[in-house]
Amino acid sequence: MTAANVEIDGAVRDATSLRAFLHGLPGVDEVGANARAAGLATRSIKKASKVWALETAIGMVDLTTLEGADTAGKIRGLCAKARRPEPSDPTCPPVAAVCIYPDLVAAAREHLAGSGVAVASVATAFPSGRASLSTKLADVRDAVAAGADEIDMVIDRGAFLSGHYQRVYDEIAAVRERCDPARLKVILETGELCTLDNVRRASWLALLAGGDFVKTSTGKVSPAATPPVALVMLQAVRDFAAATGDRRGVKLAGGIRSAKEAVRYLVMVKEVAGDAWLDPALFRFGASSLLNDLLMQRSKEATGVYSGADYVSID
Amino acid sequence: MRTDRRAERVDVRKTYKLYVGGAFPRSESGRSYPISTPRGRFLANAARGSRKDARDAVVAARKALAGWSGATAYNRGQVLYRVAEMLEGRRDQFVAEVVDSEGTTARRAESTVDAAIDRWVWYAGWTDKIAQVAGGTNPVAGPYFDFSIPEPTGVVAILAPQESSLLGLVSVVAPVIAGGNTSVVVASEDRPLPAISLAEVLATSDLPGGVVNLLTGATAEIAPWLASHMDIGGIDLCGASAGQRVELERLAAGTVKRVARAPESTPDWSADPGTGRLRRFLETKTVWHPIGI
Amino acid sequence: MSWEYAPAPESRETARLKSSYQMFVDGEFVDGNGGAFKSVNPATEEVLAEVAGADATDVDRAVCAARRAYERVWGPMPGRERAKYVFRIARLIQERARELAVLESLDNGKPIKESRDVDIPLAAAHFFYYAGWADKLEHAGFGSNPRPLGVAGQVIPWNFPLMMAAWKLAPALAAGNTCVLKPAETTPLTALVLAEICQQAGLPPGVVNVLPGGGDTGEAVVAHVDVDKVAFTGSTEVGKAIARQVAGTRKRLTLELGGKAANIVFDDAPIDQAVEGIVNGIYFNQGHVCCAGSRLLVQESIAGDVLSALKDRLQTLRLGDPLDKNTDVGAINSAEQLARIQELTAAGDAEGATRWSPSCQLPDRGYWFPPTLFTGVTQAHRIAREEIFGPVLSVLTFRTPDEAVAKANNTPYGLSAGVWTEKGSRILHVAQRLRAGVVWANTFNRFDPASPFGGYKESGFGREGGRHGLEAYLAH
Repeated sequence: MTAANVEIDGAVRDATSLRAFLHGLPGVDEVGANARAAGLATRSIKKASKVWALETAIGMVDLTTLEGADTAGKIRGLCAKARRPEPSDPTCPPVAAVCIYPDLVAAAREHLAGSGVAVASVATAFPSGRASLSTKLADVRDAVAAGADEIDMVIDRGAFLSGHYQRVYDEIAAVRERCDPARLKVILETGELCTLDNVRRASWLALLAGGDFVKTSTGKVSPAATPPVALVMLQAVRDFAAATGDRRGVKLAGGIRSAKEAVRYLVMVKEVAGDAWLDPALFRFGASSLLNDLLMQRSKEATGVYSGADYVSID
Repeated sequence: MRTDRRAERVDVRKTYKLYVGGAFPRSESGRSYPISTPRGRFLANAARGSRKDARDAVVAARKALAGWSGATAYNRGQVLYRVAEMLEGRRDQFVAEVVDSEGTTARRAESTVDAAIDRWVWYAGWTDKIAQVAGGTNPVAGPYFDFSIPEPTGVVAILAPQESSLLGLVSVVAPVIAGGNTSVVVASEDRPLPAISLAEVLATSDLPGGVVNLLTGATAEIAPWLASHMDIGGIDLCGASAGQRVELERLAAGTVKRVARAPESTPDWSADPGTGRLRRFLETKTVWHPIGI
Repeated sequence: MSWEYAPAPESRETARLKSSYQMFVDGEFVDGNGGAFKSVNPATEEVLAEVAGADATDVDRAVCAARRAYERVWGPMPGRERAKYVFRIARLIQERARELAVLESLDNGKPIKESRDVDIPLAAAHFFYYAGWADKLEHAGFGSNPRPLGVAGQVIPWNFPLMMAAWKLAPALAAGNTCVLKPAETTPLTALVLAEICQQAGLPPGVVNVLPGGGDTGEAVVAHVDVDKVAFTGSTEVGKAIARQVAGTRKRLTLELGGKAANIVFDDAPIDQAVEGIVNGIYFNQGHVCCAGSRLLVQESIAGDVLSALKDRLQTLRLGDPLDKNTDVGAINSAEQLARIQELTAAGDAEGATRWSPSCQLPDRGYWFPPTLFTGVTQAHRIAREEIFGPVLSVLTFRTPDEAVAKANNTPYGLSAGVWTEKGSRILHVAQRLRAGVVWANTFNRFDPASPFGGYKESGFGREGGRHGLEAYLAH
């Protein structure tokens, strides 16, 4: 595996071993990582392979609204779109999940009943994460109690950046325990971590602490998901699987708006992590406007003519 | 040579030997050859270096290379300046030897020796400047820090000019070692005595043994062994005979040696030397590194 | 779940391939006296075009034309005017980039993504860079009165046909020389389109002449008495022969020859990027790269991890149709080169090294060799000493930095080297000790017109690129 000469066993024994483990991970050369990501972006995906990619990407979308102005009505629209992204075309797959604030989980649960679309809820004092652990856990408990299938938590970036890895680990582990049976996505907020070395360490930290997914961003901080960040996170889950046999997922969120970008990310998923990750169970896009572009491109592939914004629904 | 009837002292003559690895051995061949003034007066017997002496000299030069090329440029400059100092102190001796060797007037010999001393000073000053002049950073179109620096070629063979026994010699040897190379020098065949005396200066000038190795003897006999030697990186054909230059250059091609061809006519060694000879046996190394966080 | 990429071929029509190509002498396309030869698509063995071959009389005509142009037009022309012609060439290459890229991939067998993203843009950039030097030569550090040499005879290889032409022509023209260029026998086409571009640029007749042909033609160019400067890129063997040939003449010579570069990976390297660098180092352009990182020196303590990551990565390489935009590894340039690779890899087997290649289907027709690595290689093996010039990596290990440097330098070559470590002082320490003209630290196979490139030892002498690249074309 690529995370060379790192022993996972014992990594989480105590704060010292955790720190040693994370700092023992191979460094990431930013220029090289950027070049690799850019190289993958030159793949030319045409015809059947493009159709497959567009449909697969639709099925990987966590259709998201995380606004202070969200209402039950907004959630109803979102859920309808999630179930049937292309109302006139029953062959169009539903999205993977909707992603919303905890207080709206119950409403979404109702609208999505029987659809197979999961309800994901952000929690843990999203997006800043600046609250006491007990508050964060209460937030998680509320969301799970309301029927959330997935919890998107944020890590304490302040603790991470000040080197208190054990505190971050403990918090993730506590949320992991509290959110059962929901799956846990751990938002690293990579835009605040700044370096790819930090992205790699934070990814491993989240995986070691039991996160089912590592997720780039809240969507509230820029930059959010970028190709090099995605590359490093995909390497982390690949290496984690090689070391433990346990496949974990990656969710890219924030800033991905075009189908072209989404297809490029799928190329990255395939060529960096492997075909096994081309599955909504292991890879997601957190997005809102992306979905419509995927639908428009899908329509173009089916009809041969370019689609227009008025031919896809707004949420 | 004075023969004073009252003081019947017989002067002590010098034995001229080779200079290899900081020592002054005789030729392993045991051969010597007589050196005379241009008018035919016997001066001394010089060692007639053989191919095996050349071989030993290359070994000594190779051994000295890491230390000399790895020394700081400042240190090399100090050593070269020290050579000038030592030469200045023995100015009269060199004037006499140049007069004897070249058959020139004392006045002309004085200006030749002065120029030779000044040449050491010139190159002493270049050791820690050439990298800035010949190297630099390269503005590549990408996130890379990219710089080029000159480095010595390695072991350089030098066939010293046949005419100019001291100034010519210094003019070809000093730039080679100023750049960090080590050298195997074949002195002027008929006028080797100033070269051997220069070797004595070098030996007492903080110049590490093996940086300059000096052979006397028949240039045409030794040169092919140097031109073809696989552990030599470059060769200066300055003192090669017109008839042998093509052969030597072809031999040098066998290991892609850097060749400084012989000048078409006898150079004016007193002219401003520029940096041409300094650059001749320098390689440009370019190093790339990404710039990222 | 498996997702296969659909074929995404570039249209070969873009190449505007002609059935026959003439040589370019004195501003005109003319038939040669050397007999026509065929240029073949190495990916299919299909004949692409008939090409006029030049013989010694053609060489003489071209050199005379170049001499005339040098004396009457190009030499006396003010640098600022020369500059504008060279800038024009740069622009025309950019304008015809796609055509040139497709033609290059057809003729050479290299993947379109490389001709499109590397060869052609770098060729244009090289002309653009040197154009700007034409009226600034007295600032280049080669004296206050730098003068051109005269007529340059330039012989280039088949691995980067257009880019090598640019590396030769651009500095020569900027410095005020005129040129007789001999492209490689197996890849003459883009150089002839470049000749057409010289016409389109209005370059005065005779300033650039392009003479296709084989070894004899190249020899005639080198041997011509009125050539003032010989520049050669190719094998060390031929380079030595050229050096012998010009011995005793006044011709100035620069040589860019072979290599057997070490790519050194320390245990604290950024492993994922190092793996990319290893792949880029030896599988880029099918390993037909003189500065290829053909010897991997990996620290013993991480050798297993690096190898398994490397093998995983090699499994994702896509070998096939060079015109497919998703192809990573194209065809071997010629049957002859394929035979050499096969011979040397067979020697690797025979000497006890262990061969490994990713599972990949080789096309039925054309010249193909899979990406290959050998483990258990020592410095005594032929595959660690001889330049294979193919997609074949020899993997060796080391224990200490001194051992790494000693092994890296243990070769008559000295063109390039790589070093991978996150420790800055170690990079500088190792870079200083490597006897190579280009050291890539935490990267590999980067090229730029502003960056001097060239070898130590038997990898040649003279530099191409940057201010240093002018020296080869200036009397000073």
